Amino acid sequence: MQTIDYRSVPDARGHFGPYGGKFVSETLMPALQELEEIYQRLKNDSTFLAEFDRDMAHYVGRPSPLYLAERWSREVGGAQIYLKREDLNHTGAHKVNNTIGQALLAKHTGKRRVIAETGAGQHGVASATVAARLGLECQVFMGAEDVKRQALNVYRMKLLGAEVVPVTSGSRTLKDAMNEAMRDWVTNVDDTFYIIGTVAGPHPYPQLVRDFQSIIGREARQQCLQQSGRLPDALVACVGGGSNAIGLFHPFLQDAGVAMYGVEAGGLGLHSGKHAAPLSDGVPGVLHGNRTYLMEDEDGQIIETHSVSAGLDYPGVGPEHAWLKDMKRVEYVAVNDDEALAAFRKLTRVEGIMPALESSHALAYAEKLARQMPADKTIVVNLSGRGDKDILTVADIDGIEV
Amino acid sequence: MASQSTNRINRRLGDLRAQGRKALITYIVCGDPDLDATIPAMHALVRQGADIIELGVAFSDPMAEGPVIQRGHERALAKGASLRRTLELVNTFRKTDSDTPLVLMGYANPIERMGYGEFARAAAEAGVDGLLTVDLPPEEAAALNRELQAAAIENIFLLAPTTSRERAEQIASLAGGFLYYVSLKGVTGAGHLDVDDVRHKVDALRELTELPICVGFGIKDAASAKAIAASADGAVVGSVLVDYMGSRAGADAAAVAEGLAQLVAPIRAGLDEL
Repeated sequence: MQTIDYRSVPDARGHFGPYGGKFVSETLMPALQELEEIYQRLKNDSTFLAEFDRDMAHYVGRPSPLYLAERWSREVGGAQIYLKREDLNHTGAHKVNNTIGQALLAKHTGKRRVIAETGAGQHGVASATVAARLGLECQVFMGAEDVKRQALNVYRMKLLGAEVVPVTSGSRTLKDAMNEAMRDWVTNVDDTFYIIGTVAGPHPYPQLVRDFQSIIGREARQQCLQQSGRLPDALVACVGGGSNAIGLFHPFLQDAGVAMYGVEAGGLGLHSGKHAAPLSDGVPGVLHGNRTYLMEDEDGQIIETHSVSAGLDYPGVGPEHAWLKDMKRVEYVAVNDDEALAAFRKLTRVEGIMPALESSHALAYAEKLARQMPADKTIVVNLSGRGDKDILTVADIDGIEV
Repeated sequence: MASQSTNRINRRLGDLRAQGRKALITYIVCGDPDLDATIPAMHALVRQGADIIELGVAFSDPMAEGPVIQRGHERALAKGASLRRTLELVNTFRKTDSDTPLVLMGYANPIERMGYGEFARAAAEAGVDGLLTVDLPPEEAAALNRELQAAAIENIFLLAPTTSRERAEQIASLAGGFLYYVSLKGVTGAGHLDVDDVRHKVDALRELTELPICVGFGIKDAASAKAIAASADGAVVGSVLVDYMGSRAGADAAAVAEGLAQLVAPIRAGLDEL
């Protein structure tokens, strides 16, 4: 049997099997072509890579630790669970790995203005951060609903010098923020670099965001070998757009013995229809520049999603995940709001680590998985972000006014 | 020759060229502000001299549209508009107008959902002449192109101010009906139209293609339509019409259509002065 090379995608046209591609209006095609040329030139350029590595080490604080959560593993009763501590990065999530990379690309294009879309606000904060550092003008588009849900991050972005633009069209969440960012980009394409926050959007974004985020998996692979002398048995990560998951998974894709689980937001349950789990309960379609699994109705209209975590509240998913699902290399599952909230509380209480609600979805699934595995097996969970930003949401659910 | 073509777009644009006249292309969103408004509005546009009617197919995420047309899509969706309903309305319109070219303008996903083959057959049967899919550039359009060709529907492509000469050549070789030149970097209804720039670009495109070149985005009135059509073969007017339709939500369909006609009349007259 021939081994599949999972690293062979995307092809030259940005396709992951039938997924991915460049589905944008003509005005943006030349900008994407320019970005592609710059990225193809720089991605193997030793000076560029050294600059990226230096920033990762001294600005972001990498490598992030791989932490064996002993007490939690013991309480769960099963496999040993390691946490990849992306929550300890500067700005508190994995998002900064990508914004540093794209800001370096922006520098090479000479564009002085950056824009970004954001859901939970983590990518917006990470974009505002790199913009502050490089002295670039920064506008962040954020659904009006999310502006309310994530007031703390909105103010963080403002303190960093970015302008936050509330988006009031459509469902007023991440997908609408992305529409508005695209509209801004098409208008200001000459002087603006669009920092997309996840492994979605038109080619070459899914590829370059994956490459920047793959530092997570490269480190985790090495750390596993150092700490336990072997590769992990399973990887678990939450999937909204899917950048933290692809970042962890990608360097392990050729390791046949490593099982992988992408955890989508099950919201109020897959059967309720109120969720954000296109890989679990969607169909292939075209949105935001790429073909991928989407949450849509029978007329092809994108439907509103629901998740307790703003960062997973998105009707699409990165095209590489769509392909990995079809290839059956990664198993995609869903975890409901209440399960994620329980995991949030659990990890906080038994390990003293407060996870983001997004990452809590991965933690909740890891618990289920670990219970079915013997104690000599290991799981790595991507703890993609810290939970400080979610305190008000959790307090609200508890009926407490902070 | 174009005039002998069976496709209404080519026939109409060929006739206009022979007469030395400019094409007026009008855009409204199908189902905006409600489904009953659309057919009377289409007939009113034809009476007032619209040469081609572009029907926007409502989509939940109309990424290329400015706020005015976004709201048109939202109103239409709230009243139950969809790709299938749009085709049903086209079918009804064709019972009383077998002559006016119709172009559907929309986004890829509703067509993907219906399936390219089924869409092309249903659209041809309903009487659609052309399709403009905003987020389907030539690189991704091959499969849909095959189905459209089999159904004798013209695939209309956008050209933008950012499009290089090489790309323009490639697009012109694939395009049918006419080339739709996007007058500005921006969304529909934007306010920074540069007439001189458009003229230079249209002149340059003439060297690459025999296809008629029509220009849209940012054309609001008789003056801007006339200025643009001085170099182009036609002008596309959209946001100003959609804005009007939105302002008449709930009104009697015949009265709305009459008001729309009054809005279009001076634009037609302006073009006919050329």
